[in-house]
Amino acid sequence: MQMALVIDPGKCTGCKQCELACSYVKEGEFNPAKSRIRVFDFHQDARFVPYTCTQCAEAWCQQACPVNAITTNDSGVKVVHDSLCVGCKVCTIACPFGTINYNASTGKVIKCDECGGEPACAEACPTDAIVYMDVEQAGFDKMRQWAAQTDAGARA
Amino acid sequence: MAKVRHHVIIGAGPAGVLAADTLRGCDPDARITLVSGESEPPYSRMAIPYLLANHIGEDGTYLRQDADHYARQRIDVVHARATRIDPKKKSVRLKKGKPLKYDRLLIAAGASPILHPVPGLDLPGVRTCWTMEDAREIADRAHKGDEVVLMGAGFIGSIILEALIERGVKLTVVEMADRMISHMMDETAGGMLQRWCEDHGIKVLTGTRITEITRGKSRLDIALSSGKIISAKLVVVAAGVAPNIGFLKGSGIKTDRGVKVNGFLRTSAKDVYAAGDVAQAKDMSTGEFSVLAIQPVAADHGRIAALNMAGKRTPHDGSLNMNVLDTMGLISSSFGKWDGVDGGDGARMSDEAGHRYLRLEFKDDRLIGVQAVGITDHIGIARGLIQTGQRLGRWKEKLMKSPERLAEAYIATAHGISHA
Repeated sequence: MQMALVIDPGKCTGCKQCELACSYVKEGEFNPAKSRIRVFDFHQDARFVPYTCTQCAEAWCQQACPVNAITTNDSGVKVVHDSLCVGCKVCTIACPFGTINYNASTGKVIKCDECGGEPACAEACPTDAIVYMDVEQAGFDKMRQWAAQTDAGARA
Repeated sequence: MAKVRHHVIIGAGPAGVLAADTLRGCDPDARITLVSGESEPPYSRMAIPYLLANHIGEDGTYLRQDADHYARQRIDVVHARATRIDPKKKSVRLKKGKPLKYDRLLIAAGASPILHPVPGLDLPGVRTCWTMEDAREIADRAHKGDEVVLMGAGFIGSIILEALIERGVKLTVVEMADRMISHMMDETAGGMLQRWCEDHGIKVLTGTRITEITRGKSRLDIALSSGKIISAKLVVVAAGVAPNIGFLKGSGIKTDRGVKVNGFLRTSAKDVYAAGDVAQAKDMSTGEFSVLAIQPVAADHGRIAALNMAGKRTPHDGSLNMNVLDTMGLISSSFGKWDGVDGGDGARMSDEAGHRYLRLEFKDDRLIGVQAVGITDHIGIARGLIQTGQRLGRWKEKLMKSPERLAEAYIATAHGISHA
């Protein structure tokens, strides 16, 4: 079983509780700018799209890191080790999804780590637009397709 | 029993180390030898500025922090410079020790600083900033209040610049081009960066060459093309690098600017591949074969070359040129054809006072290049959009008016929201 954050934009109402929960748990402040999840707001369409890292199997961020500061945990989650990250930001340009970002206040990069198995965003989401579940059962294909197109060479 | 394959990798930078790890992953029984031309454990040159700025120790630059990594992966690390390859005998001669016989060879020998014909560049106190040895020497000489001259304000020079400032030196930068980082920044972005540097107390002399360095009484005298002479305790040279292809002379392996490779990163010689700063491989923006000496390309090459060496036929469809730079807190990046193409369209958002700039370049309704100053959120999307060739449809017009909506355009087009 492989747990992952599964996002259904159709259920998102744009309340942004996920952003607040994420920044509070990760940074100790209610600051959407430091959230690892972001809700894109297409207000003319009344559509909202929560967006965060999908933990690629062979992650660009991880492979581009010059000091091996991004490792994969037992759940397949890519985790940044602050003690090793030098803040070079190469991962932030290598990730084609833009889901690993620089945090100027720490000089390190930040990305979703699924809160070690208890993701605050999913817990905070009142409409089940973000759920934490077994990915084998979830349609996770769109991001994977995009990932495949992005590569400099075929990826397993 | 089938014979155990021997993979030899020349070069222990990111391309070589990632190749070794990838080979171990898909060829569990193979023998793997990693040949390093330096005496340190495999390290990242990219981390050297952070070492100079005292953010990390030498061990913080290592490509694999775990000291047992190579032993555990059964990767033999040999510290000796490769001096010659004989593709007929399938052997690599080393400066010391017995030649290595290979079944598959990866040339990931990297690049070295270009030696410019400027008199005095060989004086003590004049140093490139490329190897760990260089870093130690610079750390030894550059202290608070010391006058230092940096020759070259290209990408590498500008990364070193920040580290030197963090050491507290008084810095003068001498760049022969008309602006800083002319290979990844246009006049607007380069100008912003230069003013930012000047506001932080750095003297920036663009359009200026160093013509000669001589030894003064206790310091170095640096003669400039403007006729001025400045003096300094240390000159750091960061004026370009070139692929290490000299040792391939006589091997029959075809080279141009770098080692020529095909769409599978194979060289002209059977069972010999090339990756990273030394390889002249496909650039997806131009379709041409060029040397793209950057970390993400080294990583891509290393992985793809290794898969091919292990018999998993994997095409290299072309890499994207991209860079990111932090200049005392002002972060800039550029991707692909950041200066546009004939017949394309460009959009710019410029906020001089706020030190922000974003330039997008399109061909038809596809993004082909990006430059950003002072903008970092979701910036990787620039790579995603360029490399996938995602059609932007109606979003192109929106981006022409509001380039800063790039992330929205990606979410909308890649996830099928066509309106808004």
